[in-house]
Amino acid sequence: MNAAATTSYLDPATGALTNAAADAEARPRPSKGVLGMTCLIIAESAIFTIFVVAYLYYLGKDLAGPTPRQVLELPILNSICLLSSSVTITFALRSLRNGGTKGFGFWWLITIALGAYFLLGTAREWHHLIYDKGLTLQTNLFGTTFYSLVGLHASHVVVGLIALSMVMAFAIAGAVKQKHAERVHVLALYWHFVDVVWIVVFTVVYIIGR
Amino acid sequence: MNGTVTTGDISSAMPSGATTATEKTVFDHIHSWLVTVDHKKLGLMYIIYGLVFFVVAGLEASLMRIQLAMPNNHFLSPQLFNQLFTMHGTTMVFLVGMPLIFGFANYLVPLMIGARDLAFPRLNAFGFWLSVCGGLLLYFSFIGGEGMAGAGSAPDVGWFAYAPLTGKAFSKGHSTDYWILGIMVGGFGSIATAANIITTILCMRCRGMTLAKMPLLAWLNLIMCGMVLLAVSPLTAAQIMLLLDRFLGSHFFDTQAGGSATLWMHFFWIFGHPEVYILIIPAFAFASEIIPVFSRKAIFGYPVMVAATVAIGFVSVSVWAHHMFTIGMTSTANTFFVISTMMVGIPTGIKIFNWLGTMWGGKLRFDTPMLFCIAFLFQFLIAGLTGIMLAAAPFNWQLNDSYFVVAHFHFTLVGGFVIMIFAALYYWFPKATGRLFSEKLGKWHFWLFVLGFHMTFDTMHIPGILGMPRRIYTYEAGRGWGVLNLVISMGVILQIAGILIFVFNLLRSARKGRPAGNDPWDAWTLEWSTSSPPPEYNFAEIPTVKSRRPLWDIKHPTDPDWKYE
Repeated sequence: MNAAATTSYLDPATGALTNAAADAEARPRPSKGVLGMTCLIIAESAIFTIFVVAYLYYLGKDLAGPTPRQVLELPILNSICLLSSSVTITFALRSLRNGGTKGFGFWWLITIALGAYFLLGTAREWHHLIYDKGLTLQTNLFGTTFYSLVGLHASHVVVGLIALSMVMAFAIAGAVKQKHAERVHVLALYWHFVDVVWIVVFTVVYIIGR
Repeated sequence: MNGTVTTGDISSAMPSGATTATEKTVFDHIHSWLVTVDHKKLGLMYIIYGLVFFVVAGLEASLMRIQLAMPNNHFLSPQLFNQLFTMHGTTMVFLVGMPLIFGFANYLVPLMIGARDLAFPRLNAFGFWLSVCGGLLLYFSFIGGEGMAGAGSAPDVGWFAYAPLTGKAFSKGHSTDYWILGIMVGGFGSIATAANIITTILCMRCRGMTLAKMPLLAWLNLIMCGMVLLAVSPLTAAQIMLLLDRFLGSHFFDTQAGGSATLWMHFFWIFGHPEVYILIIPAFAFASEIIPVFSRKAIFGYPVMVAATVAIGFVSVSVWAHHMFTIGMTSTANTFFVISTMMVGIPTGIKIFNWLGTMWGGKLRFDTPMLFCIAFLFQFLIAGLTGIMLAAAPFNWQLNDSYFVVAHFHFTLVGGFVIMIFAALYYWFPKATGRLFSEKLGKWHFWLFVLGFHMTFDTMHIPGILGMPRRIYTYEAGRGWGVLNLVISMGVILQIAGILIFVFNLLRSARKGRPAGNDPWDAWTLEWSTSSPPPEYNFAEIPTVKSRRPLWDIKHPTDPDWKYE
């Protein structure tokens, strides 16, 4: 039980024991963060799949109106904003990898703004549907499945925005450095997932369903 | 990283063990367990948590068996009976099965792949405490189901909680909400832990351990965790819908507003059927580690074992509607689910033959863990055969929701899963505590439990065939079910006797058993190379392996495995 050999395995950041020393000599392994996030994305995909199946299953089975064709409008600008935020987060990450923390902060802020605009758009759409069109969760099956599917996605946008804002706060405090690119990359994966889910939701709700 | 090297001792987890501490107070011990992120401590807490609820759910079953022992019995009220079968099923699956498999995966996977902990130790603790919260939330319903002011009421909608019974109109009060939330919270914990174990296995294997050299236990847990990600999430999604129905007035499962009760059945069984494979695959994993050691032979057909498990994983996600043959699906759908269900028998049969092939010509040692494995092979075979019977839709139309089905799935889950949990507990007990259990008491436990099990569940097939439906509160005397039910209930007494001996053996041996040494079974996987109990960092030096049986290579330098693999 060599004490010196043991302490060399201490992780400098957390004080926890790691395999770092042993792994250094071994062949490269997949990143833990990326793999953990992939697992979360797989589980989340299964949740969204069930909601999408419910949406398609109940499509056109309403006992009363309004129907999707009567009240839904294509959220084009909204969708463009959310999808382009996937591009800007990639720019932010590229800046960080090259050591440009200023460029990172700029693109990161744009990403948050685009995400927030998307959320605002959803809020306005819902306000319009509830107060002008009289469609709520309780109105009919369309209301039930529409608000739950779009709402599930919007809640993921909210979670993503909270996480992005925390990173932004660290960035303003000057705590996000080049060496953190890998961790920021893991968060970016989640954001890409939220965007990809929107493509599915958009297709199902606004194209197939309308 | 404070504390001594031997804090992995199971006795400090038990109330009686805490008093033996000399310089540390009881509170220090409790504190060290509450804040721990060590995979071994969390693993043991998962296992103890599972065993405690195993006793609770077992008592619930015993109460039901007293009620059903005689016709026209009024030992329990009908309301309480409904709550008991709901809580028994829910507890056994979510608060016994899941914690036990994650407990063993937590404890064993890092040790067997030569790692020092899981990939995300704090996420691991988070997952465990979420599971605990889920369990406590579910059981709080006994006192808080109707709100704090009124008398409590536990969920009574059955463990698969079919709509529209779970709707606000038919399930008043909050008992059903406790069922939803308790399981949902535990489900989040399961997903977190599954992601953790997958990442650990794929990122943290020691040098030389390629995927093809991994112990089968790690392989099977990898597949099991992948299934958890895909199967638990649909239940979470369906429960979110049910919560929206109950609290915000949406219409997913509200049949009066066009919602569909059938959709809940689909969503539940998309979770529910993979779930039973999630439970049984770790049992397969234990068998694949224990049988070779006690047959003194390497596992027969390692690659085929992995392939068969992957096949079971794949097929298991396309069989769910065999729970729904009686609801009037199209004959195309019926045919599809009959064929896919029967296909599960192929990889499962391959596995059984591989275990037999491992034993064939081996130098068998009949210690307690091996006895349980042999019982498992017989019982799981019978469970599989009645499974094939029930997979035939016309046969299923006759016997769905009868005691034949109850006997079938208890054969898989008690005769398969629980029996292998016992085998695993006996096999790895010396590693976790550093002490040997009493072999004599172990054999008493085995024979009493297996005898009681067969008395109860072999007999249970017959009233099922005679037409006794499951979940009935009582029955008339003239049906001819009376004697059979009495025999079924008598078997429970033998099982309880076995469990009492098991608990006594565990508690006493953890404190007074003979020292086990590092490797009491002369086994071959990495966990036996470190001390018993293992130090907090598991291995002073991360091992390097060259074959699937690294300890064999060390013990037999002239005839190592890597020459042949």
